[in-house]
Amino acid sequence: MRENILSIIEKYQKDHRRLMDILIAIQDTYRHIPDEAVDILADQLDLSKVDVEQTISFYHFLSREPVGKYAIYLNDSAVANISGRAEVVQAFEEELGISFNNVTADGLIGMWDTADIGMNDQEPAALINGAVFTKLTPKKVKNLVAGIKAGKDIPDLVTEIGEEVNGPAALSTMVTNNIRQKGAILFSDDYEVGQALKQAIAQTPEEIVTEVKQSNLRGRGGAGFPAGLKWDFCRQSGGDEVYLICNADEGEPGTFKDRVILTELPKLLFEGMAIAGYAIGAKQGIVYLRYEYRYMQAYLESILQELRDQNFLGKNIAGKAGFDFDIRIQLGAGAYVCGEETALIESLEGKRGEPRNRPPFPVQRGYLDKPTVVNNVETLCSVVQVILEGAEWFKSFGTSESAGTKLLSLSGDCKNPGIYAVEWGVTVQKLIRRAGATNVQAVQIGGPSGMCIGPDQFNRQLAFEDLATGGSLIFIGEERDLLGDFVVNFMDFFIDESCGSCAPCRSLNVILRNKLLKILDGKGTNQDIDELYKWAGVGRVTNRCGLGQTAANPILSTIENFRHLYEDLVETNENFVSTFDLKDSVAESNAAVDREFVLPHKTR
Amino acid sequence: MVKKDEKISFEIDGQTCSAWAGQPLLDAAKDNGIFIPSLCHVQGLKPAGSCRICNVNVNGRNMTACTTRVSAGMVVENHTPELNELRKTIIEVLFVSGNHFCPSCEKSGNCELQALGYRYQMMVPRFPYEFPVKGVDARPDLIYHDRNRCIMCKRCVRSITKDGKHVFALNGRGGEHLHVAMDVDLASQLTEAEAQEAMDICPVGAILKKEQGFLVPIGERKYDKAPIGSDIEAQNG
Repeated sequence: MRENILSIIEKYQKDHRRLMDILIAIQDTYRHIPDEAVDILADQLDLSKVDVEQTISFYHFLSREPVGKYAIYLNDSAVANISGRAEVVQAFEEELGISFNNVTADGLIGMWDTADIGMNDQEPAALINGAVFTKLTPKKVKNLVAGIKAGKDIPDLVTEIGEEVNGPAALSTMVTNNIRQKGAILFSDDYEVGQALKQAIAQTPEEIVTEVKQSNLRGRGGAGFPAGLKWDFCRQSGGDEVYLICNADEGEPGTFKDRVILTELPKLLFEGMAIAGYAIGAKQGIVYLRYEYRYMQAYLESILQELRDQNFLGKNIAGKAGFDFDIRIQLGAGAYVCGEETALIESLEGKRGEPRNRPPFPVQRGYLDKPTVVNNVETLCSVVQVILEGAEWFKSFGTSESAGTKLLSLSGDCKNPGIYAVEWGVTVQKLIRRAGATNVQAVQIGGPSGMCIGPDQFNRQLAFEDLATGGSLIFIGEERDLLGDFVVNFMDFFIDESCGSCAPCRSLNVILRNKLLKILDGKGTNQDIDELYKWAGVGRVTNRCGLGQTAANPILSTIENFRHLYEDLVETNENFVSTFDLKDSVAESNAAVDREFVLPHKTR
Repeated sequence: MVKKDEKISFEIDGQTCSAWAGQPLLDAAKDNGIFIPSLCHVQGLKPAGSCRICNVNVNGRNMTACTTRVSAGMVVENHTPELNELRKTIIEVLFVSGNHFCPSCEKSGNCELQALGYRYQMMVPRFPYEFPVKGVDARPDLIYHDRNRCIMCKRCVRSITKDGKHVFALNGRGGEHLHVAMDVDLASQLTEAEAQEAMDICPVGAILKKEQGFLVPIGERKYDKAPIGSDIEAQNG
């Protein structure tokens, strides 16, 4: 073991800033990070053992205990649950004779819950040693387990392939892209790689920045910061070492648009990165790819090589003397908060993904303390069309404050889940119709960190000036238990995914979730609703990063828009004492007479 | 970052203050006789911005005073009912999410969390106690680590080292798993002075020296005599 671990460390030049890559390699080999590896890492990288462990313990897909030769990570998002996850869990447990979050006695198979893996349009879905298995059913589970027990390799377990685009040998996945509506800016049919890049390098970097500024292109990851302005700030920071990072850590449950771009049009993204690199003077671009999407890593590497062969990456790109730019891919290891740009940078540097205090902003001091631009996948793709067609053309789409188009991931209770390229300004109502959703109780806009709206607001527009979103809508049908099935799931998600640095984010969300459970349990009063709402507002003003500031949104927005659901659950009898539990109190006597307890009044 | 050749003036709650440009706001306020409460900040350590109690309003925005650097003309609100209410809320959150039994704690009277509880007039926390199950690690010779009392301010994580290596580090993440882990091998090598330093930097009673206790009787300790922050405010007359 020692020799092998030393050679992994050596491969990354004993650089502690590449600790993530090192740990992932060790995890892949040994199916966990063994004690001996921690000792060697601490020794070789001159760290204490607790230092090595603080990084390991931050990431969901790194583990100090063996996760199984075959590690099954089954998505536990709300949409997975309403898509038949329980039956799949039951099938796995029956086939293997163990419960979830355990490993079989022989160490062959481990089954684990995992946060949203970006497959909301084809749930229930699981990752098995990196490969994606979608639309699972008890029957499929039976076949999978039989295949695993027969010792089949992962590729042999993939028995169906998504669409043609998912077929290349390096990709070969059963994931489907489900593009339901193409748009002029993304997925236009006449895209030809290199055109925009050649056009860009005929101009000065300043001219490119100006063009992007004039296009009013705003960041597509959710925050909506003007892309051109970000580039400009970075240029103003100066210095000869500048980095461009593509944020492909799409972790917001319900969002899967970047997944589709990455396999549908990776060249568009990489061309956008090269243009951005030219504009800000970066020589190195890094794609921070979420671990859940590692099934596409080999394919993306092959595309990068193709682009190098065509001289669209590398040295003196497209014949432009002195324009050197290349891209490498670095994996995350399962942490939603790493989608926040400063947490992402920390992770890239081999550390826990804790958001940094700002200022300084990444454009001033980012990756390795150098000026850094972090752009979302979709933002970088949009740049290509801005350069090709011009800022005015780009602005002809969308609204006055939200220029261009937006890729949306639609999922939940609807006939046509998938990807829709729409112009900003489209109404929720229109999207409900296009997705084929009927009897919609609520729509979750922008994932759990966004907001939940009811029918009286379906005429609102998706736009930065109205309903801003990083790109997802989840339709929730009338038959669903909005609070029990969605809000609780979302709160659990944030509690797990909080880095824990800020006290209110770490601890207050637990208190909120528990109070919500109290109400759902029929033990709440109107005072509980009022307190829940008041306490939920604290994180928004006190926490450091976007996660902490929005983590209570599932509760806030459902109390604002669906207060009646809470009121239906609470006790209004003024003599009600919430600390008294009738069920517990009569448990002994019920047991004595062998009778089931039935609550005499309303409850969930 | 601090420019020791450039004095600037700024304002806290209407009072004109002066400081070196770039000084952390929390330190600058202290130099001007104004107390901004904090549990994670220690002058000289890299600000963590993790307890969020030093939340102030800077030019209309909520910011943590430990991570904000002063600049000329800055307008800061500190002692307002809204901010004090937020601080009290966070203090109460910390009380219920750990196991803080003051009467039996060696740090009582020297504990900054307890002192802030008094300062912000916490009677009974508005939140239900969680009584979480947390561990105690007493393996090192000179200190023991009681995670029941840890508020994860990261002071020890940032400051206590042995031969340049961190003795304490965070472990896990999220509301239910994050904790501070102690490197037992390194902690066992701490000298008397280093062990005392570790105990002293902890704002609560999570790191304590072994084999000594109640050398100063309860009732005669730092915050038993004067409320936290009153020494700073005394400068202001």
